[in-house]
Amino acid sequence: MEIYRSLKNLQHDLLLKKTTCQQQVETYLQRIKDFKSLNAFIETFDTEAIHTAGLIDAKIKNGEPLGKLFGLVIGIKDVICYKGHSVTAASKILEGYVSVFSSTVVERLLAEDAIIIGRLNCDEFAMGSTNEHSVYGPTKNPIDERLVPGGSSGASAVAVKAGLCLASLGSDTGGSIRQPAAFCGIYGLKPTYGRVSRHGLIAYGSSFDQIGPMANNVYDLAIIMEVMAGKDDYDATASSNEVPPYTSLLDQEKKYAIAYYKDAVEHPSIHPEIRNTALQLIQRLKELGHEVVPVDFKEIDYIVPAYYVLTTAESSSNLSRFDGVRYGYHAKNAQDLDSTYTMTRSQGFGKEVQRRIMSGTFVLSAGYYDAYYSKAQKVRQLIARATLDTLKKYDFILCPTTPTPAFPIGEQVDDPIAMYLGDIFTVQANLVGVPAISLPCGQTQQGLPIGMQFMSNKFEETKLLTFSHQLMANLNN
Amino acid sequence: MNINDKYEAVIGLEVHAQLLTKSKIFSGDDTSFGSPPNTQVSAITLALPGTLPKLNKEIIEMAIKLGLACHSQISPFNMFERKNYFYADLPKGYQISQDKTPICVGGYMNVEVNGNIKQVDLTRIHMEEDAGKNNHELDEHYSMVDLNRAGVPLLEIVSEPCIHSSDEAYAYLTEMRKLVRYLDVCDGNMEEGSMRCDANVSIRLKGTTELGTKVEVKNMNSIRNVKRAIDGEVARQIALLESGGVIEQQTRSFDPNDGSSFPLRSKEFAHDYRYFPEPDLPPVVITEERLESIRQKMPQLPWELADTFMNTFQLTAYDAKVLTAEKETALFFLEATKHTQNYKSLANWMMGEVRSIQHEKNRSLQTLGITSKVLCTLIELVDTGKLNSSGAKTLFHALVENPSKQPEELAITLNLIQSSDEGELATYIKEVLTKYPDKVAEYKKGKKGVIGLFMGDIMRLSKGKADPKITTKLLEEYLNQ
Repeated sequence: MEIYRSLKNLQHDLLLKKTTCQQQVETYLQRIKDFKSLNAFIETFDTEAIHTAGLIDAKIKNGEPLGKLFGLVIGIKDVICYKGHSVTAASKILEGYVSVFSSTVVERLLAEDAIIIGRLNCDEFAMGSTNEHSVYGPTKNPIDERLVPGGSSGASAVAVKAGLCLASLGSDTGGSIRQPAAFCGIYGLKPTYGRVSRHGLIAYGSSFDQIGPMANNVYDLAIIMEVMAGKDDYDATASSNEVPPYTSLLDQEKKYAIAYYKDAVEHPSIHPEIRNTALQLIQRLKELGHEVVPVDFKEIDYIVPAYYVLTTAESSSNLSRFDGVRYGYHAKNAQDLDSTYTMTRSQGFGKEVQRRIMSGTFVLSAGYYDAYYSKAQKVRQLIARATLDTLKKYDFILCPTTPTPAFPIGEQVDDPIAMYLGDIFTVQANLVGVPAISLPCGQTQQGLPIGMQFMSNKFEETKLLTFSHQLMANLNN
Repeated sequence: MNINDKYEAVIGLEVHAQLLTKSKIFSGDDTSFGSPPNTQVSAITLALPGTLPKLNKEIIEMAIKLGLACHSQISPFNMFERKNYFYADLPKGYQISQDKTPICVGGYMNVEVNGNIKQVDLTRIHMEEDAGKNNHELDEHYSMVDLNRAGVPLLEIVSEPCIHSSDEAYAYLTEMRKLVRYLDVCDGNMEEGSMRCDANVSIRLKGTTELGTKVEVKNMNSIRNVKRAIDGEVARQIALLESGGVIEQQTRSFDPNDGSSFPLRSKEFAHDYRYFPEPDLPPVVITEERLESIRQKMPQLPWELADTFMNTFQLTAYDAKVLTAEKETALFFLEATKHTQNYKSLANWMMGEVRSIQHEKNRSLQTLGITSKVLCTLIELVDTGKLNSSGAKTLFHALVENPSKQPEELAITLNLIQSSDEGELATYIKEVLTKYPDKVAEYKKGKKGVIGLFMGDIMRLSKGKADPKITTKLLEEYLNQ
């Protein structure tokens, strides 16, 4: 059976009765089995997904009103709560934990007739850039199974690329949607901070985290955003700004002013083929009539350290609740309260998570607070000011999503610093809170996908999506 | 010189007041006291993964009310912060509190100590959530955790170390409890723990200004026990210093059984709370307009009411203080002044019969069923001579038993009304006795002869209609009261 790569096409065919939602679900379930070696899905919700699909098929048959996402078979990253289903953040510490409530995004997807097919592997607690840090083992890149798919939403990218579902949800704290999208050659959007409710998202860095869509094209990202975004009583940081009808605004043709960072494109860490792709894209954008201007970004080398100080600080606190007292893993041999804590957490958390908890605890501790946490907060403000200044003058900032293409599994597993530095181009959007999209813009000679990233000002998803839609139509022709 | 005169105690108090909101500070969970364990615990209270706090806006207004009453500065920009530590009664592993931007800064409260006014300065008042409760007695092997209390809103009221005796501490806490009750922000119940107090106690040589090492004493469940704990701690520290010892910075727990205390943890084991701004809650901005609208809604405060009682109703300072000790009594009195002009008699009734029957029946004024209007009608019956004082008391108790009855009807039923003659006579007698206070005093000293003077005047007033025999009897009754 043919795999759809666009919700629009699928919905068209569903209405013409060329296929059914149940057929779609069954096809995907079969493919998930066939591609088991990718290790993308931790669990599939077979019975339930088939049942939901049947209900939507009945609606189509009876001509009843349909939700915006009818027929969309979607996978969710294992950090997003879904009532009555396990959610573990790919960690032993949440072994056997079943959520008693649904995240706002899940509620909103289901209300618009999406079908949730299962939960997707990721780095433990979304901490990692390779999807190797999972209690369920690494997820593999479908382009070459020896390579990492990126992370932390690695499996969310893999599932879309390999046709295991039509779209997926990831979460992005420092690039966790965009970097795997780039490594796997798909589309990923990190929305403006506060655009999508975090209620039901297992927190990593609360002032950075956003849930976002991953898909095969811009339209699919846009329609999922239309459904998910908006204010929420359960998340005080969710914005009450109106959600524009992104999809109906996609077809506007416009010329934009685009800035790119010379420092980024010329950064010593950047892979030559990625640099070339960036330079070619700049040329192409100019040919298309956009204004493309190099700008300085002096703060570039402070981005990653500031990001890691602040996110580890927040995560050290966010992960304190996993203490073996109320739910999840509990060390059987613990004798008292102290050993319950130390044994449960030492046994339950993986190495990378422990590393970040320790770093975060350190940077917040008396005597080091000012040198690290306070300083990083100031750096965050400086970066925000510089970025927003640029975004006042230009519609977008262009830069490669990643400095390198996907690399072999195991290569960085013992070199966390190398892994952290790979986040150099993505963490800026999270530090500032602006939206950023990764678009598949070419490949290396080896055939590895290359992603290019565009950032816009806060709450300018419409402009970002519209531009991306136009650009990709041009590039793909 | 007494060694106790050699030292001065320096005391700072931290009061935790649970707010009278129906739901918790960051969730919709019920806050009522005494429910079965872990029945008021939603996903947010349990800190299930993916949950976020949602601020109950009522708390802001309550905090501001208390701050305004204490003359504090109200912070226009309020951040919440996380106070990180591990304990089984703290589900998130951090308490959401305020650190750098407490909602109320500074302020003071005047309290009366042994007839003098003492100003107790406040450092700050901030908002935070309560923790759950651990119980180590219910089970032989395990500690039990009840999270019903986790997330109940608290105001922490921190005083400056400007209190120098347990009497001052006692007066301050009494006044603070009165205030939070007046403002309807806290029920002030220390036994149930809805108001709690920790004392930071140090001592220094009199005349010196440097602060000594402080010891924090916790777990006092009444104002009296706070006083006992302070007395005990000051005595312990003096004895320690006098015997050449050194005071160690520590936290101690008070034992109400014998008034002693024992150490909980020393300075080396003090927590590093790693405060940082709570990223899940946007800052709360308080505009001048909002502040003004709260100011407009402020109820009368106890000391304001006491002033009114003295200035407008000519009560003594003592009566005003007694009548304003409890909000319900004060408001009842204020309401009753609309129905009578005999404020002194009203005050006497409130402080006498009304109060004693409240104690006897353990009832609030509300549940006692006597309205201020009924009480004033009763006072009027006495003033117009239709009732004598013992009849009035009988009628009062009868009204408490039959709150739906009209006072005069009930008085007739109970045959308490004095005959009209007697009523008229009583009016004349009162008038005459008020006219000659010094003669009344002379009579009371034994100069019985002055009764002739009174009789003469009464005869004149009654235009000779008064029965001399009855008049004499009644007059003697009044004079001997």
